[in-house]
Amino acid sequence: MDHLLDFFSFSDPNVVAVVLGAVLLTASSGVVGTFTFLKKKALLGDAIAHAVLPGICAAFLWSGTKDPFVMITGAFLSGWLAVWLMEQIVEKSKIKEDTAIAGVLSVFFGLGILLLTYIQHTGNAAQTGLESFLFGKAAALTGKDLLVFTMTGLLLIITVILFFKELQLIAFDEAYARSLGLPVKKLNLLLTSLTVMAVVTGIQAVGVVLMSAMLITPASAARYWTNRVHRMVWLAAFFGALSGLAGAFVSYTAPAMPTGPWIVVIISGIAVFSFFFAPVRGVLVVRWKRRDLARPARVVLPIDKNKN
Amino acid sequence: MDAFYIIATAALFAISCGLLGAFLLLRRMAMVGDAIAHAVLPGIVIAFLLSGSRDAVWMIPGAAALGILTTFLIEFFHEKVGLQTDAAIGVSFTALFALGIILISVYAGQIDLDQDCVLYGEIAYIPIDLWITDGGQIMGPRALYVGAALLFVNLFFLFAGYRKLQLTTFDPAFAAAAGISVSLWNYLLMGAVSVTTVAAFNSVGAILIVALLVVPPATAYLLTHNLRHMLYLTVVFALLSSFFGYWLAVLLDGSIAGAIVVCSGLFFGLAWLGKGIRRRTDLVF
Amino acid sequence: MTLSASTTAVTFSQLTVTYQEKPALQGINTSLPKGKLIGIIGPNGAGKSTLIKAAMGLLPLTSGEVRLFGDTLEAVRRHVSYVPQRESVDWDFPASVFDVVLMGRYAQLGLFKRPSKEDREIALNSLYKVGMETFQHRQIAQLSGGQQQRVFLARAMAQEADLYFMDEPFAGVDAATETAILEVLRELTTAGKTVIVVHHDLQSAASFFEWVVLLHTSLIASGPVEEVFTRDLLQKTYGGRLNFMADPEEWVKKGAIAAGKIS
Repeated sequence: MDHLLDFFSFSDPNVVAVVLGAVLLTASSGVVGTFTFLKKKALLGDAIAHAVLPGICAAFLWSGTKDPFVMITGAFLSGWLAVWLMEQIVEKSKIKEDTAIAGVLSVFFGLGILLLTYIQHTGNAAQTGLESFLFGKAAALTGKDLLVFTMTGLLLIITVILFFKELQLIAFDEAYARSLGLPVKKLNLLLTSLTVMAVVTGIQAVGVVLMSAMLITPASAARYWTNRVHRMVWLAAFFGALSGLAGAFVSYTAPAMPTGPWIVVIISGIAVFSFFFAPVRGVLVVRWKRRDLARPARVVLPIDKNKN
Repeated sequence: MDAFYIIATAALFAISCGLLGAFLLLRRMAMVGDAIAHAVLPGIVIAFLLSGSRDAVWMIPGAAALGILTTFLIEFFHEKVGLQTDAAIGVSFTALFALGIILISVYAGQIDLDQDCVLYGEIAYIPIDLWITDGGQIMGPRALYVGAALLFVNLFFLFAGYRKLQLTTFDPAFAAAAGISVSLWNYLLMGAVSVTTVAAFNSVGAILIVALLVVPPATAYLLTHNLRHMLYLTVVFALLSSFFGYWLAVLLDGSIAGAIVVCSGLFFGLAWLGKGIRRRTDLVF
Repeated sequence: MTLSASTTAVTFSQLTVTYQEKPALQGINTSLPKGKLIGIIGPNGAGKSTLIKAAMGLLPLTSGEVRLFGDTLEAVRRHVSYVPQRESVDWDFPASVFDVVLMGRYAQLGLFKRPSKEDREIALNSLYKVGMETFQHRQIAQLSGGQQQRVFLARAMAQEADLYFMDEPFAGVDAATETAILEVLRELTTAGKTVIVVHHDLQSAASFFEWVVLLHTSLIASGPVEEVFTRDLLQKTYGGRLNFMADPEEWVKKGAIAAGKIS
């Protein structure tokens, strides 16, 4: 109980940094993830999370420093390249989407590992800390990281608000969006860029593999609570933030615990709860509602048919 | 000699992965392979905690159980809960992987497994981990034997079930109508993928297993219209990637597993470009 | 094993199938005769494919039962063949035309067993029957829609069954293929086999089939085409959707003449 009070008094500036960082990050990736989820391209986030690694390493090799601006540029380049390659492979060969995603994801990651180990073995002193892109370091977030998270988080959320209806349209029906004369290609590029941005900031906190969860799981949970896109975006942000907060709390009470995996386990718990008990589409709730209607419906239906 | 051991072990794992991966690719389940490769982690940790050893006897059932569980979870979320497939895959494997990492940190003192190893393996240390008989005779690297046994099991599985796998992959509705249990063969294949994953886990790590499952078969798939030839070509690309990958890693002083994957990707790129060029010249002549 | 002397090929009793709580088929009760070319007709979403999938045990029955030749599916499975919709498979699959037809023999093969010489002959013979023998080495990715459908038909014939369920074999095929497929199906029924076909084109249905099942979630009618193809019953099946100036009785007459020409 003491822990709880200590934690929520936020008297420790370190706690504030970790909590704010985790919450911003999980909330903004939840928002972006909603649209990739609705486009049925949830695993694109997984692929991008893996694909930024070689870009980060190449940027480091090229610049020799860990300047965040250079690293993020590198990440963007390799993230875009990966998405472009996946599209090309699906369009221009008989390879199907799942194989293209898995192939690009793993080859980019392999290249990233090769570069990372190469850098480590060169003995460059500046390289320490590059692995935080692999596994995350949520518990060791500093004030400077926090500043970056706040900026990117806000940027992501503002962009989504500005382009809300366009993003909604391309997520629902790309062909129709094109028929309306929307620049579908540019909007897709925008969504890819938002995903890369969420990934680049996010993986420093939770690591590559778990970053995918931050994009996919909050949106999956939110889908079961509402049939409206804007509510889904808010809910995904809320569930994300909730898990971020809870994860930070766990690592505060038990410092040996890794924050990222706890965030993921908690958001997964929220998702599974939603799948079954969410009021709008939760499976058990739907079944329970249907049972009330089932009996009269069974008698009414055949008569209805004859009337038609 | 170390080079030979490493290349041979990598090749054995790569062939096993590629042969099973060919069927994953044709079933459009490449990402399920990705999911299984990650999700076996808690199985490995739990087996390790229960047995106190890294013995394959414990690891394999642990991993197979988790692999089957993942397959089941994905199907359950998709069919019973109505979650779209991509999200069902993403939710299931990340949760299990996170659980695995938590278990590793909780029992950090007792487990000889670290995060790097989980993601990209330590194939370079294979020649150090020798199998020494009770009589004191050195039999060579343990992983080499694991790889050979694994390949043997997988070949047995494929020879036994080749036609059933082919039919349930190409046309599951027809297969089911003809009385073949489609879900049994699906679970058998996923079980084989899980066992292969865990056996290769220490050597090459989760994500590089995904590459070995997907990239060599994808390259072969581009080059042939015949399932048998596709499997043969997969073996060829698995061998070539292991061989050139090793020397690339030596050249750069980097991760061997990473370099093998990069090579497999290069072969894919070459095959793809080659196809493109041939198609274009076909048009000219 | 021999089939019982039952004169009916398929019997549906009180068959109900629900998809995610929505009824797809409701209380179907009917028997279909042996040795006939039978069409299952109804509007989109009427449960036509569901009916044959239910008969093949491909989806769970909510209630009721299906009997084939008066027996359970398991007992007579070797005598029953199913032709799925063409779009249900990936035609990029690495296989040749002959490979696919040979799959018709796989159900009888145990583990490790390879197809025998006899199996191969049967497969080749089926390809001859659908006029695709010259395509046997062709990659399936290079086939037209009509050719794909013929390959599926050949695969079903390689099973040497007595009862065939076919899901939309005439969908999206050219006129020549349509005639060729129809001829093969008529040959099968002449040889005493039963062929049950899901079909969506009303006008051609009148000339194709000897027996017709009209379906709209529940059974509207089931009987010889000249009895069932009435304005009244079709109106009931299609509801307001049968809004053209149609004369079903005329189609049947025309169909009989056309069939007379063919046979």
